[in-house]
Amino acid sequence: MSTFTQSAVTALDLITSGDPALWTIVGRSLAVSATACLLACGLGLVLGSWLGVARFRGRGVCLTLLNTMLAVPSVVVGLVVYLLLSRSGLFGAWGWLFSFKAMVVAQALLVLPVVTALTRQVVEDAEHGHGEQLRSLGAGTLLRSVMLAWDERFALLTVLIAAFGRAVSEVGAVMIVGGNIDGFTRVMTTAIALETSKGDLPLALGLGLVLLSVVLLLNSLIALVRGWRQRVEGGSFAGPAGAAA
Amino acid sequence: MRTVLTLHGVNLSFGPVAALRDVNLRVDAGERVALVGSNGSGKSSLLRLMHGLKAPGAGCFVCHASVRQAMVFQRPFMLRTSVQNNVALGLWLDGVRWHTARAQALRALARVDMAELAGRNARALSGGQQQRVALARAWARQPDLWLLDEPTASLDPHAKREVEALMADFARGSPQRPMTMVFASHNLGQVKRLASRVVYLEHGRVLADLPVGDFFNAERLQAVSAAACLFVKGELA
Repeated sequence: MSTFTQSAVTALDLITSGDPALWTIVGRSLAVSATACLLACGLGLVLGSWLGVARFRGRGVCLTLLNTMLAVPSVVVGLVVYLLLSRSGLFGAWGWLFSFKAMVVAQALLVLPVVTALTRQVVEDAEHGHGEQLRSLGAGTLLRSVMLAWDERFALLTVLIAAFGRAVSEVGAVMIVGGNIDGFTRVMTTAIALETSKGDLPLALGLGLVLLSVVLLLNSLIALVRGWRQRVEGGSFAGPAGAAA
Repeated sequence: MRTVLTLHGVNLSFGPVAALRDVNLRVDAGERVALVGSNGSGKSSLLRLMHGLKAPGAGCFVCHASVRQAMVFQRPFMLRTSVQNNVALGLWLDGVRWHTARAQALRALARVDMAELAGRNARALSGGQQQRVALARAWARQPDLWLLDEPTASLDPHAKREVEALMADFARGSPQRPMTMVFASHNLGQVKRLASRVVYLEHGRVLADLPVGDFFNAERLQAVSAAACLFVKGELA
C-alpha cells in the first residue's frame, strides 16, 4: 500500500474512532471561527447595511478602502494584531497574545471587511430596487437600512456562512497571533501546516478531510437556503432585490 | 376650493436628461388628475416630485404640510413578511403603535377584499393581489392626496378592473374629506372613467391641461395641442 493510501486510511480511522487530539483541534477551530464571525457580523452587518443606504461625502473613498481591505492577506492582519497585542504594543498589558482571544480578534478583523462589503452590496441592491417605496412610506436612512437588511436576511445568511468559511480556512493570522501551541492554540489549519512539515500525514489528512467537510457543509447550507427561498417566493413578480421598481 | 399642491416653472433633470421642463400645475382638493403621455414624457418624474422623492432643480413646488400623501407604484414592494404586516408597516411609520397598526391593517385589507390572505407571505401573492395590498397600505394611512404611478400597467385585464374599481371607490372620499388623486396612465379608457382633468406631457413639458370632457373632444384638443391630439388618436386607434 502506498504512503498516501496508508495515511488516508489512518486519517479516516482517526476521524471515525473519535481521536481526542484530532477532535479537540476541530472543536477549538470551530469555536475560534464561530466567535470571530459573531463579533465581525455584529458590527459588519450594521455597518454594511448603513453604508448600503447612506449617501455622504467621501462615501466613494470609504467603499474603495473597504474593498481594498477585502484583499488584505491574512498574515498581514496577523502581523498587525501581533504588534498590537505584543508586550510593547498598545494592548500588550492585556496579555492576550498567543491565546484563544488573540486568534478570535485576528479572525474577526480579517472577516469584518468581508461581512461589511458583502452586506453593503446586498443592501445597496435592495435600496436601488425598493428604497424609493420605503422612503414613500416615511422610512429614513437608518430605518431603511435595518428594514432592507432584515428583508434580505436570507442573502445575508449566505454572507455569514461565506464569512465563516473564510475564517475557518485561514492559516496566516492564527499562526502568528496564536503560535500554534499544542493543546492551547492549535487549530485545524495550523495543525495541517505543522503536521505536513513534520511528515505526519495521517493527522494532517484527517484534519484536511474534516476541514473540507466543514466547507462542503457550509456551501450545501447556502444552496439549501437559496433553494428554500425560491420555493417559498415562487413566481411572485416582486422577485429578488433590485428586480422590481 | 382648497389648493393641494402647486408647481411653478419646475425643472427636474437626471444628469444631462431633462425629465421636467418649466412645469406649471395646480391641483385642487377633490380633483382626479390623470397624467398622460408616451414613455419618458415625465409622468413618473412629476409624481415623484409631487411626493417629495425628488427635489426640483429649478422652480417652486408647494404642497401644504397638512396634506397627507400616499403613493402607489407600478410594481409595489412587499417585504418578506405577511400581508397584514406589510399594510401595518405604513401606519407604524406614521407613528401608530404596532398592535394598533396591525388591527387597522386588517380593516384596510377587508376594504380591498384581501382579509382572508392577511397571514400569507406577501411575496407569494400574484401581481394583482400585491397591488390591492399596496392600495390597502395607502388607504389605511387615510391620505388626502393619492399619487398612483400606472398602478394597473403590469396587471391582467381582470386584475386591472379590480384595481380600477378600488381606485374609483377610494377617489370618492367623503363630503367632509374629499380625496384628491393624481395618477399616471397609458390607458385612455381608464383615464376617461376615472379622471376629472387630464394633463398631457411630452418631453417633460405640459402641452395640454384640460377637463376630461375637453381632452377627449378632438376639436378642442386640437386647438390646444396638436401633439396631444395625435397621441390620443394613436392610443385610441
